[in-house]
Amino acid sequence: MRSLFVACLLSVVAAAGPAAAETPAQPIIQVHSVWSRATPGGAKTAVVYMTLSAKGQADRLVAASTPVADKAELHSESMSGGVMQMRPLASLEVKPGATTMLKPGGNHIMLIGLKHPLKAGDSFPLTLAFEKSGKQEVTVHVEKVGAMGMDMEGMKGMPGMQGGAMTGH
Amino acid sequence: MSSKPLLVLCTAAMLLVAGIAGATWLVTTRTGASAAVVPPAVAVGGPFTLTAADGATVTDQSYRGKWLLIYFGYTFCPDACPTALTNISAALQQLGPLADRVQPLFITVDPHRDTPKVMADYVKAFDHRIVGLTGSTAAIEAVTKEYGVYVAPQKSEGSDDYLVDHSSFIYLMNPDGKFVATLSGAATGAQLAARLETLLSQTS
Repeated sequence: MRSLFVACLLSVVAAAGPAAAETPAQPIIQVHSVWSRATPGGAKTAVVYMTLSAKGQADRLVAASTPVADKAELHSESMSGGVMQMRPLASLEVKPGATTMLKPGGNHIMLIGLKHPLKAGDSFPLTLAFEKSGKQEVTVHVEKVGAMGMDMEGMKGMPGMQGGAMTGH
Repeated sequence: MSSKPLLVLCTAAMLLVAGIAGATWLVTTRTGASAAVVPPAVAVGGPFTLTAADGATVTDQSYRGKWLLIYFGYTFCPDACPTALTNISAALQQLGPLADRVQPLFITVDPHRDTPKVMADYVKAFDHRIVGLTGSTAAIEAVTKEYGVYVAPQKSEGSDDYLVDHSSFIYLMNPDGKFVATLSGAATGAQLAARLETLLSQTS
């Protein structure tokens, strides 16, 4: 009886072995802290922010998609002379040895044609497509409306979160 | 031997004087008359006639007696506008009862998509004290011109999913409707509240 159990166990391990081997080796791109903001009533758009890092070689984020919106576009954002401009980005390079951040006031993924409002505490899937390493599905965590980071409380004291200086003129 | 402590003392005194001068300059430039920087000929602001959430007509006269915080943006904007409105909401929270003397306005630069109802639903998510205003294309063009707000829709053929380049400032107007300062749309709630507290404490 015992030997049968061991045999069963072994067969399970054997079956699990090849399955584990089929999953791709360590992906080139690591995706961390994927978050979004709850959307105001009636909003047709939303944003997704995240931190990307590359292992060994560079790769490019070329597309994104999610079931919660018609479109997910990669956008750059720049502020010049107080004018805020957003433009679609064809791709975004992720180089090894550096982190690439999609963050408020900077590059981000814009969700267009939101199918339902995003509520704080919810999460939804997002598929990222990379030029070399292919697709990767990540989970987006929805923070509060206008949140500036994944953990707002923890980021308050950071000098980097002070935003633009006030200009009195 | 005795010259060394004297030198140290002199240096310290000079640094102190420089420090006081610097601080005075900082205080006067931060809280002082902003009119000095803005030539009178190009006054920011002016009369406007817009539409509130309930369809009521609102003019600049509707808010006399209150400090106005005016932000121009649009509801299709995913990043900068929610950030600015969240910061304004945080400032109101921090001001406590003082916030009764402040009226924040969110004026759309995209009247085509931002109807009174869209604006009302949108601002509700931030703070009930923020009033969302829209109007006819002509009315929005007039008010954005008066405030020197740059607006450039990036329309794509046959699609209603377009972005709008726009100035991202918060305009601070005094209870007489006169321009006081422009603040960065990215200023934190604490920064906005601090600026307002200073101004509100100087006037009663």
